[in-house]
Amino acid sequence: MRDLFYDLVRRNGMAVSIYLMLAVSLWVFILIILPQLTMLDYSFRFNLPPAKIGGPEDVYTLEQYRYFFQGSGASDGLNTLDIGILFKTLLAAVFVTIFDLIICYPVAFVLAKSSTGAKARLLVLALIVPYWINEILRAFAFRILFGATGVINETGMGLGLWDTPIDFIRQDVALYAGLAYAYILLMIFPLYNAIESLDRNQIEAARDMGANWWQVHAKVVIPYAKPGIASGMTMVFMLTSGALAAPQILGGPSNLWFTQLVYQWFNSGGNWPRGSAYAMVLLIVCIALVLLVMRLFKVSIGEIKQ
Amino acid sequence: MTKEISLEHVWVEFGEFTAVHKANLNIAGGEFFSFLGPSGCGKTTLLRCISGFQEPTRGKVKIGGEDMRGVGPNKRPTALIFQNLALFPLRSIADNIAFPLEVRGVSKKNRRKRADELLELIALPGQGDKKVSELSGGQKQRVAIARALAVEPDILLLDEPLSALDLKLRQHMRTELRAIQKQVGLTFIYITHDQGEALTMSDRIAVMNKGKIEQIGDGKAIYDHPTTSFVASFVGENNVLDGTVLSNDGKVMQIDAGLGTPFAVENHPAGGPALAPGDACHLFVRPEALRLSKDESAINQFSTNFVTEEFEGNMRHIVMNASGKDLKLSLINDGTNAIEANAPVKLDFAPGMGIALKPGELASA
Repeated sequence: MRDLFYDLVRRNGMAVSIYLMLAVSLWVFILIILPQLTMLDYSFRFNLPPAKIGGPEDVYTLEQYRYFFQGSGASDGLNTLDIGILFKTLLAAVFVTIFDLIICYPVAFVLAKSSTGAKARLLVLALIVPYWINEILRAFAFRILFGATGVINETGMGLGLWDTPIDFIRQDVALYAGLAYAYILLMIFPLYNAIESLDRNQIEAARDMGANWWQVHAKVVIPYAKPGIASGMTMVFMLTSGALAAPQILGGPSNLWFTQLVYQWFNSGGNWPRGSAYAMVLLIVCIALVLLVMRLFKVSIGEIKQ
Repeated sequence: MTKEISLEHVWVEFGEFTAVHKANLNIAGGEFFSFLGPSGCGKTTLLRCISGFQEPTRGKVKIGGEDMRGVGPNKRPTALIFQNLALFPLRSIADNIAFPLEVRGVSKKNRRKRADELLELIALPGQGDKKVSELSGGQKQRVAIARALAVEPDILLLDEPLSALDLKLRQHMRTELRAIQKQVGLTFIYITHDQGEALTMSDRIAVMNKGKIEQIGDGKAIYDHPTTSFVASFVGENNVLDGTVLSNDGKVMQIDAGLGTPFAVENHPAGGPALAPGDACHLFVRPEALRLSKDESAINQFSTNFVTEEFEGNMRHIVMNASGKDLKLSLINDGTNAIEANAPVKLDFAPGMGIALKPGELASA
């Protein structure tokens, strides 16, 4: 730490170094670690009226976590409803992540290897511009697109492909489309960065040695881009499983996203400790899943940060 | 096993730019053939036409008599060694070498066996499990060759593969490449801008400039009897004088080069087009063809003054001035060639060592 600071001072001078250290610690401690720690602390407490906080009843407890696993029933019955929602959320997030990977890989590859200079910059701009629009507005746009009288239904029925409007909202098609769209850039850019640094000669060498189109990707490009793929998938998965706006706006009436449960406990439920416990459960399960998958595919965290 | 290659009127155009201008040549099976030329002369484009990464705009590339149009690089009997080698950094040496077998669905056991054989050939036995980054430049070079040989291609294409190596290693690899070629008996097509490489290794050389093949011939023909001014000035060092042909009796020309008495220069059957009296010409005399005159009556003699000397050890490279024109002179450092700095020095050259050609584009130094 001290060496790091001296090194910073040598490179940037005292004023800049102090600013950097302060800014980084402010960001890390106050904006990330402190709120999370507070939330962790909350999750181990009872939901007490303000008057009793700090009183003798304000002790640490596992009650909130027990509730997640067992529900209100004091018996050993499982809280299948909430656990089911968690699993469904994770499964859907995995699905969305894989879907994003499949549609982004070709885009990133073309962007990185087939287009050059001004054309590539234009393509990147075309990808970014839609994200200048607020996430909630984009979700509403999808709702309009997929609604009973939306563009897709109108077109489909106009062309005579189907007679009665399809309920894309209830079928969750709108939700998955919206989620997949929401974080697409976070998949494209890590992939793009990884593939872009691949020497074109490697691809040509593989072609020359008899590899077909599929083998070039499977044996040369994808292994090389693995850290980028892992990085993109991690980001999309974490953000999708933690998304709130898209499920609120695009989710079917019977389909709850786990974050909506957290939101309900905090908001309408007025039970912050339980909301915190649920949020913690989601965070820990997601991190565990990501680490597990990274281990399976032999990617280290160190590789990802490149 | 080895197949001949023929290029028939091959043109490659990129929009307005003509990269290859009507290339016409045959390369025999088992030949070591080099394309020599400055960067941007179209030699790499031509190589890409043969390997299949570039389709000619017009004309045909034939391998073993078969037209290769529409045949992708993965379907041609060629193997290309890239300038930067393009070894796969994430694979072990053995997996690199076995890559062409892997994509053809050869079993793991047979792949390993073949990789071990090839490692034996390139004198790196038992190093198959090493990483690419653990090898030296010369070893990587050999691994790239082994990888290209793994599926026994008919033709090996090499795109300046030695340019990244240091001088000593480059000279060593020249010998080694030539030895490997002799051993496996394949057709080698070699791209280089280094004339030393081309001259030492090749059976035949095509010298290229601005998309055109200027001359095709063995090293000796290219060096001793260039047919264009470009070849004369690009391959090896050369002194060039502007001259006028005074007479030509079919054997010997008399050429006035503005250095006193006219020079006698032999016509050569393998040389460029014949020159007639009154023609302007470029007269080339190589630095090693110039010599210090031993007697006053030598033919093609002229007077010069010492300008400067570059000492290379075995050779002395001296610049002499003759009537305002600087000429390079290379002498063996055997202690017999003393030059006095302040006295005029007489030089001469044999009529057979001068090369008179129609004036044309010269290679920029």
